[in-house]
Amino acid sequence: MKILVLAETDGGRVSEKSLPAIAFAQQKSPEAFTVLAIGDNLQCIETLTGYGAQAVLTVNHPALAKPLAERYAPVVAHYARQLGADAIVATTTTFSRDVLARVAGLLDAPMLSDIIALEQTDGKLVAKRPIYSANLIGTFEVEGSPVVMTVRGPAWGKPEPKGADSPVQTAEAPADIPTRSEWVRLQGGGGGRPDLTQARVVVSGGRPLKDPETFEKYIGGLADALGGAVGATRAAVDAGIAPNELQVGQTGKTVAPELYIAVAVSGSVQHLAGMKDSKVIVAINTDPEAPIFQVADYGLVADLYQVLPELTELLKNSKG
Amino acid sequence: MKILVSVKRVPDPYAKISPNASGTDINRDGLQMAVNPFDEIALEEAIRLKEAGKATEVVAVSIGSAEAQEQLRTALAMGADRAILVQTDDPLDAPSVAKILAAVYQREQPNLMLMGKQAIDMDENQVGQMLAAILDLPQATFASKITVENGTATVERETDNGIETVQVPLPAIITADLRLNEPRYVALTGIVRARSKPLETLTPADLGVQPRARVRLTQVEAPPARKAGKRVSDVHELVRLLREEARVI
Ligand SMILES: Cc1cc2nc3c(=O)[nH]c(=O)nc-3n(C[C@H](O)[C@H](O)[C@H](O)COP(=O)(O)OP(=O)(O)OC[C@H]3O[C@@H](n4cnc5c(N)ncnc54)[C@H](O)[C@@H]3O)c2cc1C
Repeated sequence: MKILVLAETDGGRVSEKSLPAIAFAQQKSPEAFTVLAIGDNLQCIETLTGYGAQAVLTVNHPALAKPLAERYAPVVAHYARQLGADAIVATTTTFSRDVLARVAGLLDAPMLSDIIALEQTDGKLVAKRPIYSANLIGTFEVEGSPVVMTVRGPAWGKPEPKGADSPVQTAEAPADIPTRSEWVRLQGGGGGRPDLTQARVVVSGGRPLKDPETFEKYIGGLADALGGAVGATRAAVDAGIAPNELQVGQTGKTVAPELYIAVAVSGSVQHLAGMKDSKVIVAINTDPEAPIFQVADYGLVADLYQVLPELTELLKNSKG
Repeated sequence: MKILVSVKRVPDPYAKISPNASGTDINRDGLQMAVNPFDEIALEEAIRLKEAGKATEVVAVSIGSAEAQEQLRTALAMGADRAILVQTDDPLDAPSVAKILAAVYQREQPNLMLMGKQAIDMDENQVGQMLAAILDLPQATFASKITVENGTATVERETDNGIETVQVPLPAIITADLRLNEPRYVALTGIVRARSKPLETLTPADLGVQPRARVRLTQVEAPPARKAGKRVSDVHELVRLLREEARVI
């Protein structure tokens, strides 16, 4: 199977979010995978070169300075055809969902979203992926080539470093990039904490955190004591307590850190869909019947306002 | 301006979902069905554009079994002007759905197509983008705000990195995220009144398409259950267990 991995970029730099897709390619096609990175004056290409790819293709063009699907998809489709790729793969993110489903449309290719396992049996591809808000796992048979796939980050992890660096090759952008969609601006992001999808520890807060200041003080404070990232429920985001990009769940991000601390989170199926593969889950909730306790390794029935300050202090003091 | 909105029949988002006895599908006995929540949001947005005088007609389209008429009736009750059911019992994958919708689009020639960013059954998040590719139209996915002015849509998109704003000339495909709006409640009188609105039934063959699914669901299983955890009495015990037993801090 020849695999083309689309690297995650924001147009300016390559993100480490690309790595689970490279781990997937290493496992499924160690001898024949190529990585494609698209942007303008792309930085951090070395993020991609240490993992045994045959080549890392970089396409730089001013029209590709921002990650617009309408512009990126034809570039991916062009190189997928040129390489004769059997599979076109990226880590599941809003970037890859936007771009790769359009690539599948351009190539009239079948697509599998957010896969957690893939086998080849009798020339058929058989994949597993979460369905119904990750309440269930579905097994899917796919025919045809190429197949477009996004792979669920936590299921594939990090690629193995390989000795020699992959050659970086400059590739041309196709001549006719459509430019009807225009990028205007990006608001939010950053904040100095580790990326939610890659952090070792995630502390999430729910709707009872009242307002942004309270949320930041209690949830942000505990996350900082652990060097972790901050997450939120949809109810907290909808109430304007936490920014949108912190939402964990079916329609937010999928995370699987070593430690997930859910504070005043009821544990709806939609929220669980995004975090139940975490290694260790802690729940702090006043309601002993809250569904979050059904997935928690350690449950503390308590009022967050009473216990969080002490917990944060204990963890701060125990560091180092 | 005419707006086309797709509406999928899916299990109610709060229904309990379990595999059937043979593990080939979900248990559908007595399962409450609903309009896919993301499609409901797309429809609400279309109706608001009409109420604001920006659109003149809202057409809802569903693909699937005869029962999907129920969801189209709901769409009509919410405020769609007419509805189209492309009736088929064949299994469909996302490219098949996109091809059928492309044929409906060609027939209707709307100025804007609004749809949910994903359906909450298969959670694929593919059809809007595929449709945009097939029709060679601009796309704006995961919309949390849409402003239509002078033939251009300015769309705020929910991305992993924050809120991204893009501009697309119409016609275009826009897919709705949860925070775009809160769909209105449909009163019973609305459902009754909607009975007189036109609901047309077509087949894929009528539209000149006969797509074949290449992705097939063969097995459905519950994910591995998590081991039952323990209750701790205070934060001291919690910190001790996280350090000594779980070894994560
Ligand atoms: C289509 C769809 C998609 C969705 N996608 C997502 C998604 O991606 N992510 C997501 O999170 N949700 C999602 N939801 C929403 C989801 O169903 C829930 O409404 C939401 O997760 C609830 O958030 P919450 O736990 O913060 O709020 P609530 O349900 O209000 O729960 C608050 C919890 O805090 C506890 N509590 C109250 N006060 C305190 C206190 N002082 N100390 C400690 N505990 C306290 C309560 O006992 C309760 O358990 C989606 C819903 C739909 C329909």
